[in-house]
Amino acid sequence: MEYLIHIAIILSIYSILSMGLNLILGYMGQLSLTHAAFFGIGAYTIAIGATRFHINFYLALLIGMVISGLLATVIGPLLGRFKRDYYALASLGTNVILFSIFLNWTNLTRGPLGIPGIDRPEIFGYIFRSNLSFLLLCLFFLYMTHTLLRKLLSTPFGLVIKAIREDEAVASSFGYKTKKIKTITFIISAIFSTIAGGLLASYITFIDPSTFDFNESIYFLAMVIIGGLADLRGSILGTTVLVVLPEALRFLGLPSDVAANLRQIFYGLALILMMMFHPQGFLGKYKM
Amino acid sequence: MNALTITKLTKKFAGTNALDDLSLEFEYGKITGLIGPNGSGKTTLINIISNFLRADSGAFTIHENTLCNTAKSKSPPTKFSRTFQNVRLFDQMTVLDNIVIVLNEKGFLKLLKNDYRIKKKATNILKRIGLQESANNLAAELSYGQRKLLEIGRVLASDSPLILLDEPFAGLFPHMIETLKKHINTLKRHGKTIILIEHNIRLVREVCDRITVLNCGKSIASDETNIALSQPDVLNAYLGN
Repeated sequence: MEYLIHIAIILSIYSILSMGLNLILGYMGQLSLTHAAFFGIGAYTIAIGATRFHINFYLALLIGMVISGLLATVIGPLLGRFKRDYYALASLGTNVILFSIFLNWTNLTRGPLGIPGIDRPEIFGYIFRSNLSFLLLCLFFLYMTHTLLRKLLSTPFGLVIKAIREDEAVASSFGYKTKKIKTITFIISAIFSTIAGGLLASYITFIDPSTFDFNESIYFLAMVIIGGLADLRGSILGTTVLVVLPEALRFLGLPSDVAANLRQIFYGLALILMMMFHPQGFLGKYKM
Repeated sequence: MNALTITKLTKKFAGTNALDDLSLEFEYGKITGLIGPNGSGKTTLINIISNFLRADSGAFTIHENTLCNTAKSKSPPTKFSRTFQNVRLFDQMTVLDNIVIVLNEKGFLKLLKNDYRIKKKATNILKRIGLQESANNLAAELSYGQRKLLEIGRVLASDSPLILLDEPFAGLFPHMIETLKKHINTLKRHGKTIILIEHNIRLVREVCDRITVLNCGKSIASDETNIALSQPDVLNAYLGN
């Protein structure tokens, strides 16, 4: 039972991230490979806030969201200058820079040693110490994320970001400030990654930079693409596929390093097969 | 009174003059045909006016707002609407949403509120162009003629005083051409200024009040349709000897 709860927590956390990523990747059509960095900002803010400054989880999460929001305000317009493959490469470069900061700013992040002893969240004196209670907290965040994004996407704003995906020049000719809208969408998307990162750090109580490198961004990308571009339920489905199915490898009795490599092969293979046979993903409405 | 005045507009592509110090005037409330051989600069001119392309030098005035759409200074948004030689719809959005997107208020905060009157207005526009049955279909699923009509629907929705139509009749069946002519004439009756790029001279004679003939980025004639089309320069440059 405890194992199933663990899977459900991981699933909830990554679903929050993949829904946020779908906003920019599926709905707005920009292939961002930088979200592992925003995931890392959330995790490090919680970790540093808890272990150094003994800040409450929610305040630390808020600070993380503000930091990510400000960073996205700077990075968003820069990335917005690029299109298609160039956008992907520039966003990858951003991830590499931020990963280097996590790795090398040792005074703050302890570099490769990581930060242990991160507290679980607390509310009105109640600590989410058991995994079951932590799962309920994650499900609350998951529900809020889904509700907020669904609401946002049902407004004219949702329509405009789809129009930008289809033809930005034409959308702009109708009088929309597309650069501003792209930046705002990037900020919203980054903030959801930060929330997911904060929850992960608090759950596993230890973080190190390896969780936020380029490979993670590819992993997140695979979740959105396999589940379905421009569909929030698709993000949850894609996350489920990529979190649950590789877990089956555990039961094959393989050595852990072999199982880890097999998982990577599984992600890659899943992406290739999906691009070949169902490029819009399981529930997607749009092909890249 | 002119709706659009072009002053010494120049645009070069790889050293070739697409527009060569071009100056033109387009009258209010008239349909002006913009004709000329391929590569004469018609679409380049429309692309510059509608901010899809930057001029190398020169200026143009739309409804008394002078704009310098050059590489150095970007023109502010203006009240115009256009169609494209190769139809540019939002293919993965519904037919209705292709109209709604034009009607929406453009301010950020207003984009966060749903206004159901806009959907109703968009539905009425689809009725006017006969596409109400396809309202919930993806634009990509429309036939070629329907796609051209949907572009006209976006023009109707924008309610802009200046309309730029880039070969709207190209590739259409006769029945669809008649439908489109009806919509263009309706726009004219509503006081719109229309600039229409067209190769079919019979259609130009039927639809346009005036024509401007371009050749190698220069204007070689600009007059009432029948007068301009009878000029020897025009016959030589455009229709051949």
